Amino acid sequence: MTVSPAAQELILAVVEVALVVGVLLGLFSVMTWVERRTLAFMQFRLGPNRTGPWGVLQPIADGIKLFFKEEVMPAAADRWAFLAAPVVAVTTALLAVAVLPYGPPFTLPRWVWPGWLQGRTLQIQIASIDVGLLFIFAVTALGVYAVVLAGWAANSKYSLLGGMRSSAQMFSYELALGLSWVGVIMVAGSFQIADIVGSQAGWFWHWNLIRQPPAFLVYFIAATAEVARIPFDLPEGETELVAGFHTEYSSMRFALLQMAEYINMITVSVLCTNLFLGGWNPGLPFLPATGILGFVWWGTKVSLLLFVFIWLRGTLPRFRYDQLMGFGWKVLIPVATAWILVTATAVAVHVRHLQVASR
Amino acid sequence: MMDAVLFYLFAALAVGSALVVIGQKNPMYSAFALIVTLCSVSVIFALLGSPFIAVLQVIVYAGAIMVLFLFVLMLLNVRREEEGARPQGGRVLQVVALALVALLGAQAAVVLLQVEPGPAPSFDASTRAMAAVLFSPRYLYVFEATSILILAALVGAVVLAKKEL
Repeated sequence: MTVSPAAQELILAVVEVALVVGVLLGLFSVMTWVERRTLAFMQFRLGPNRTGPWGVLQPIADGIKLFFKEEVMPAAADRWAFLAAPVVAVTTALLAVAVLPYGPPFTLPRWVWPGWLQGRTLQIQIASIDVGLLFIFAVTALGVYAVVLAGWAANSKYSLLGGMRSSAQMFSYELALGLSWVGVIMVAGSFQIADIVGSQAGWFWHWNLIRQPPAFLVYFIAATAEVARIPFDLPEGETELVAGFHTEYSSMRFALLQMAEYINMITVSVLCTNLFLGGWNPGLPFLPATGILGFVWWGTKVSLLLFVFIWLRGTLPRFRYDQLMGFGWKVLIPVATAWILVTATAVAVHVRHLQVASR
Repeated sequence: MMDAVLFYLFAALAVGSALVVIGQKNPMYSAFALIVTLCSVSVIFALLGSPFIAVLQVIVYAGAIMVLFLFVLMLLNVRREEEGARPQGGRVLQVVALALVALLGAQAAVVLLQVEPGPAPSFDASTRAMAAVLFSPRYLYVFEATSILILAALVGAVVLAKKEL
């Protein structure tokens, strides 16, 4: 049976989308369990350990429970906006996932079925577009609306306050997030994430973590704020706002909001790995960066970052609102801007140097 | 084929949501409809082969500007548009506005009838090509002057809004 090239591309694309979304949703449920267990150990508790061995089946039990719960909608809520908010949250979270490369390019072995796949080089990335990083920035900007919608639609004081806080917070930290990428983009000379990973090949001091430490710090802080995790979880702030923008959400709608949050956290970790931690490069040039080992390096870094997010949650207290805004605008954005100037100068000098050398 | 389907889908979405923007009494709904309009227009830019402009459209308009709109609306907690006092000579203004819209529609119809159907012009709108044009001597000074103007406006807004710095 021969398959036309167009059909081959279509089949590959569908499989890729199914694979990425499937793995992410699986990872989301696993992450809820890992997070609860890890936090519990950090706080000298046990955490969920009753459902299945070590409690690993807890996410399934939670899923079933949420599925069968009553979906409550406040009487004074704005019906359409209330329903739209979780949809917007999940859609924007999954859109950002589309342009990320997951692991190195790999060549399929000779024995795979069907025949047209044999010896083909693939990379798990749904859409490799010219403006990869900017696309993620755009989608993150749209993600704010889910929170705004949810907070406004419920027609409750706590929701509204939570929604307003988080729109202000996400908006402010988005600027720092975007600025922290500029240095990385200038060094790599490309918006494409795969190119940025490629620019960090070789020894580990080529990683942007070493070459661009201030950019990494600004990125990591701004990203934590962007996904609204402790110490930046003011949108929820349970001691002040019950649960912030999702106070009035229950059952599957609550689960969808939660899912979007976890997917964003995974996106941020994958992005951090690719931009700053060398992606699938092991950092030692004598080790291979492609194939199965490339996935191992890459997966280890992503898991480590996810663990750090949980670790932070178990360690740090929450910011006060005015401190949060002051820190974002008066510390992070100036630092990021100054670092852009430094990097731009270095890149300009380097380019001049190359031109002189080639003359 | 695929492009045509996507184009008509998002063109219809853009026009439909634009109608909601002006027809809706609830300002929050208007704002959200405007976000849909801007995103649909961005998809049309992408279909024309210009992902850079498409993404900027979302970042600047749908992302940054609309968030501020919504923020103010939420801060004031406006639920429905107030029926304000009608301006003097409302009827005359309505007729004038209608005539202007009709004129605009007629002009659009004339343009549409004159255009020969054909493929969209192909052009290089990649990020690199955009930057090469924007930072060429021809546009560089205009570009920098605009940046300084925006910065001045930004500083001015902060000074005006904050009584004591």
